[in-house]
Amino acid sequence: MQIRPILAALRHHKAGSLLIALQVALTLAIVCNALFIIHGRLTHLSQPSGVDEDRLLVVENQWAGKPDAGHIGSMMSADLNFLRQMPGVSNAYATDAYPLRGGGMSYGIGLVPDKLKYAAESALYFADENGIDTLGLKLVAGRNFRADEIGQIDAHSPIEPAEAIITVDLAKALFHGQAAVGKVIYLSAKPTVIIGVVERMQIPWTYSDMAKWSGNSTLIPLRQLVDTFDYVVRTEPGQVDEIASRVRAALYAQNRMRVIDADGGVLTYAQVRAKAYKNDRGIAILMSAISLVLLAITGAGIVGLTSFWVGQRRKQIGVRRALGATRNDILSYFLTENLLIAVAGVTIGGVLAVALNFWLMKQFEIDRLAPGYVLAGVVALLVLGQAAVLAPALRASHVPPVEATRSV
Amino acid sequence: MLGYYVDLAIRSLKRSPGLTLLMILAVAFGVAASMTSYSVFRAVSGDPIPWKSSQLYVPQIDIWGPKGRLDQTDNNDPPDAMDYAEAVDLMRAHRAKFQSAMYRVSPSIVPPDPTMHPINVGGHAVYSEFFPMLDVPFKYGSGWSAESDAQRAAVVVISSKLNQKLFGGANSVGKTLDIDGKDYRVVGVLDNWNPKPVFYDVVNTGGFTTEQEDVFLPFQRAIDVAMPNDGNTNCSEMPKGSGFVGLQQSTCVWIAYMAELDDKAAAAAYKDYLDGYFREQKAAGGFDWPLNNRLRNLPEWLASEHVVPSDTKISLVVALGLLVVCLVNTAGLLLAKFLRRSSEISVRRALGAPRMAIYTQFLIEAGTVGLTGGLLGLLLTWVGVWGVSWVLPKEISTLAHIDVSLLVLTLLVAVVTTMLAGLYPTFRASRVQPALQLKSN
Repeated sequence: MQIRPILAALRHHKAGSLLIALQVALTLAIVCNALFIIHGRLTHLSQPSGVDEDRLLVVENQWAGKPDAGHIGSMMSADLNFLRQMPGVSNAYATDAYPLRGGGMSYGIGLVPDKLKYAAESALYFADENGIDTLGLKLVAGRNFRADEIGQIDAHSPIEPAEAIITVDLAKALFHGQAAVGKVIYLSAKPTVIIGVVERMQIPWTYSDMAKWSGNSTLIPLRQLVDTFDYVVRTEPGQVDEIASRVRAALYAQNRMRVIDADGGVLTYAQVRAKAYKNDRGIAILMSAISLVLLAITGAGIVGLTSFWVGQRRKQIGVRRALGATRNDILSYFLTENLLIAVAGVTIGGVLAVALNFWLMKQFEIDRLAPGYVLAGVVALLVLGQAAVLAPALRASHVPPVEATRSV
Repeated sequence: MLGYYVDLAIRSLKRSPGLTLLMILAVAFGVAASMTSYSVFRAVSGDPIPWKSSQLYVPQIDIWGPKGRLDQTDNNDPPDAMDYAEAVDLMRAHRAKFQSAMYRVSPSIVPPDPTMHPINVGGHAVYSEFFPMLDVPFKYGSGWSAESDAQRAAVVVISSKLNQKLFGGANSVGKTLDIDGKDYRVVGVLDNWNPKPVFYDVVNTGGFTTEQEDVFLPFQRAIDVAMPNDGNTNCSEMPKGSGFVGLQQSTCVWIAYMAELDDKAAAAAYKDYLDGYFREQKAAGGFDWPLNNRLRNLPEWLASEHVVPSDTKISLVVALGLLVVCLVNTAGLLLAKFLRRSSEISVRRALGAPRMAIYTQFLIEAGTVGLTGGLLGLLLTWVGVWGVSWVLPKEISTLAHIDVSLLVLTLLVAVVTTMLAGLYPTFRASRVQPALQLKSN
């Protein structure tokens, strides 16, 4: 295939070719960045929480009438006993937060008592001896809490547990591969001994600025006696929806001086997950929709403009055919022409993609675009261009040689 | 003449329906995507109190010093909330026209109707000046007086929604309400007041939240009955005491603060007061770091707190990018379409039509495409805004809505941008050499 005659012909419709190249360039720049954002969100929302989500539901409970701490403690114990005896429920415990909840406590964990020299950030979860079993966490070293280790504290009381169970991620951050069990950490000025390590438990937040330590969690053997807290309930397999539908009424039947919101007071873990990642999934869907529309419009634009060019050049095509050009020659002429324009487009587009990413990085603190995305985008647009031009090019290749003899 | 050109445009567009449809679809999708993103952006970036936002200020005092910086990237900003001692000092000094310290509460209410379950409500503990400062509208009654602040009176202002729920919408001023086990007298019922973002306390609400603001009660009263704060508590060191009292004695920050300062001079005087306050504390041995206070007005404050989610901005940028691509696409197709009619143009020019007439004719054709695309775009925008409500989180998606100004803007953007895209093709069409074209035929 000779390139030079194509280039010569391109000079006759400079503006149209430039517009297509520009469109390809802009599409590439936007689609690369959109793909990059989509992939980031999907990676973010597909990380495991570490808990046995299929069998869990959570109940947010608030005591009405501001009961005192002692009263709260006894009502909480009564509720937990009741929940554990409910048919279809296998275990339950009370806590302030759970993975993906969206609110909770975080502390800097130190290896020395000085608060300002902490070694790692960690989410803090209140738990009792039933916490690990209820959540379905996997203990990989050490032991669980014992019932006699569970303390009770008020709101805003200093958090100074004698024991703690941490995640593998936090152990790595603190001790860099050494065994964690038996080591001492500092949540406050008083020492805390690590008695166990669990495989994974995600933090309550899904914000991107916390992604670096999203596996750093600490379980502490405390019950916080405050008005508002959560029950985490583990059901028998397959019963989670059934229990979720009747647990609210059952708890009200036990004690009506409480608030469990009719809308969102009881959530299955699937609902917790959907809520936590709604924004990430939404942005991924939005970006996918925009990318698809972009590609469709660019493809359709190429079809439109090439069809016009084919119509315009019927006579010339006829002449070429009459002079001995085969159908394949005509077909490859249009394919090559499009390839030349598209290559120009993706070259500019690659630069634009990086520039756009650079600007987004500055404005919105997103990550640097991986080169793979630009490469994938380039391939996608070249293929799209060839596919779009195929139909008009085939039509061109069917122009009969006799066309040369007809006037317009 | 205009009618004739419109007629010509429609005839020409009908001649190549495929190409026409393609252009209309491109304009429609481009406009709809950007307008949908814009409707979300507009909803979250609007000024919640436009007539007063430049007079409302949020003071920040650097009570932690450089060691307590939560976030190194935040330009050495002091804490964005106050500890209890600082908030009370500022209230006592009373240097602004109006001011209020406030914190978010989430108490339970036992409804007067014994058949109803207790309910949970959200709200704020505020000072009496909160209501006049923010021009809060009342349906019944009013806020409380400065004396009630001082007496720590058991009074409450409730939202119209809560009033509807508990009292069936009747005037409930003077009635009693059981909040966290204590009786409060209702002194005011708000008239539909639900500003978004919750600008008076973005630190504890995040700005956008599905939680309702149902009760407002006196700050010192809430402190007295130890009503816990339901928001962020940030500490640079552990509180020494325990419980809510321990929190009040600590340097943990959890209280929002707002002051009304009517002009630049008042703001400057207030800044001087804040700096003086800092120096006083420093002299007393409290702080051993340099002065680093801030006094931002509301728009500056909302920007520094990044209240508008960056996702919303990124979506808008990407959608505008889509609009640009659609227009480049339309420009290319219009160019093809116009140049195809070179002979028609030549005939008109040869018969004496000035270039201006060609311009008018083709711009009207572009405008017709834009208008049709805009009308279809309206439909797609409507679908888009509806789609956003199940794709994005509730606290944001419920704010996005379609109104007349969005409709007008959609049509305007469609027509104007398509005509812009048509400028170059029209220019080329008007430059067609009649002689050359006529000869070749």
